[in-house]
Amino acid sequence: MDSATATSGSPPKTRSLVGRDPWTTPLDEIDLAHPGIWQANEFLPFLDRLRRDDPVHYCAHSAVGPYWSVMKYQDIMAVEANTAVFSSEPTIGIVDVLPEYTLPMFIAMDPPKHDEQRKTVQGVVAPANLKNLEGLIRRRVCTILDNLPLDEEFNWVDRVSRELTTQMLATLFDFPFEDRHKLTYWSDVATAIPGAGLIDSYEESLVILKECLSYFSRLWQERASKPPGNDLISMLAHGPATRNMPPMEFLGNLILLIVGGNDTTRNSISGGVLALNENPDEYQKLRDNPALIPSMVSEIVRWQTPLAYMRRTATQDSELGGKTIRKGDKVLLWYASANRDEDAIEHADRFWIDRPRVRQHLSFGTGIHRCMGNRLAEMQLRILWEEILPRFHKVEVTGEPKRIYSSFVKGYTELPVRLIK
Amino acid sequence: MAKITYIEFNGTEHVIDVGSGENVMTAAIKNMVPGIDADCGGACSCGTCHVFVDEPWLDKVGPPGEFEEPMLDLNPDRAANSRLSCQIEVTEALDGLIVRIPEFQF
Repeated sequence: MDSATATSGSPPKTRSLVGRDPWTTPLDEIDLAHPGIWQANEFLPFLDRLRRDDPVHYCAHSAVGPYWSVMKYQDIMAVEANTAVFSSEPTIGIVDVLPEYTLPMFIAMDPPKHDEQRKTVQGVVAPANLKNLEGLIRRRVCTILDNLPLDEEFNWVDRVSRELTTQMLATLFDFPFEDRHKLTYWSDVATAIPGAGLIDSYEESLVILKECLSYFSRLWQERASKPPGNDLISMLAHGPATRNMPPMEFLGNLILLIVGGNDTTRNSISGGVLALNENPDEYQKLRDNPALIPSMVSEIVRWQTPLAYMRRTATQDSELGGKTIRKGDKVLLWYASANRDEDAIEHADRFWIDRPRVRQHLSFGTGIHRCMGNRLAEMQLRILWEEILPRFHKVEVTGEPKRIYSSFVKGYTELPVRLIK
Repeated sequence: MAKITYIEFNGTEHVIDVGSGENVMTAAIKNMVPGIDADCGGACSCGTCHVFVDEPWLDKVGPPGEFEEPMLDLNPDRAANSRLSCQIEVTEALDGLIVRIPEFQF
């Protein structure tokens, strides 16, 4: 226990909450955005504490400045419905990156620009188009599964979760298949915290992402000079609302589409295996009745909540849950908390693959910013489990997963498994 | 009380007696009419209870509201007779209403 004496008058320093007792830690010392408890998998009781004791919580001091945390399902719905007061600009992450490092992207825009840009690319993940992709996804899934080692431990994240999502991204962008792993690398760089292993600074991040821009600019020129196609680059290059985007806005939207198509699905693929192993009765229920796969997919997405929060910024003074939010304040909407809110979700702490109203969760957000690719994510997960079940009696987790050092992306770098026929 | 006919994309019809105080979405969910997901439970924030109102009923049902409009606008399948069924309150004036369910919810 930290026994340092606070200097008279100085604010308490926030630091990692790892190892702290969530029920006795003073509320003003709870900094949910610190990645420590997320990587250590100690975050759930802190979410419970704040929902109970301080559901609209102000953290006055964090490494990235003061911010509000909104913990309850209904409060988050209310904020997301009020785009006039709770703006998605300038950024949906907690860090106020310097303007020269901020990438414009439609998720971090407000109407009407958000709607215009989003509509340009939305068709690629519309259900009618996804129907056309189903055969390809299934072939890819089968190839990946049929090449997995038996009777041998391997990292599910690398061999399945990352590989499948990388291949899908390459398809959506009609990106050169042999370079597909650049996509996941750029996705990881874009969401990485400097100093946590992948990059050392935001400057370095931007240098790498500019390589991404350079690569895609070449693809853009190719697509712009051809008739419109069905891939995301072609849609952006030909769309009236996007064809004249400045380079940094193009990069921002690229990163949005890459991260959006990668993290949610990848970490749900991993989180699903872990959840079924931790809830063997549910795994058996699934084996007994594969028709439950679509319902299980929704429950996995709720349970994992691959993006733990989204940020909004107050455009004017307002009140929420009895608290006064000032113009300019950062407001974090904790989907990971809402999805465990017993006032909105029955038996929220139970992983229940055939729960009633299984699609009612906030993992995809709500309102106009609801995750554009939600149907694609669900389809990949559905097809994966449709093909896992006939092949393997069990995907057995053989050790502790390693979690990402982030309070934003809630996911895994390693999940050791062994396949049992 | 109003009788509402839901026509699935494949043509299957469901004729449901709906009490005043319900909306077109809650009645569909309660009676297990397929094709309406209603992920947000009726808060006009997911867009997955999209229906097409049969032309003769458009005037009686009325146009989309302020919060409904942006959600419908983001739906690639949106048509002139699109509504979010959670926002259509049922009254006796809607007795005989016909709505068609799209092939997909977005």
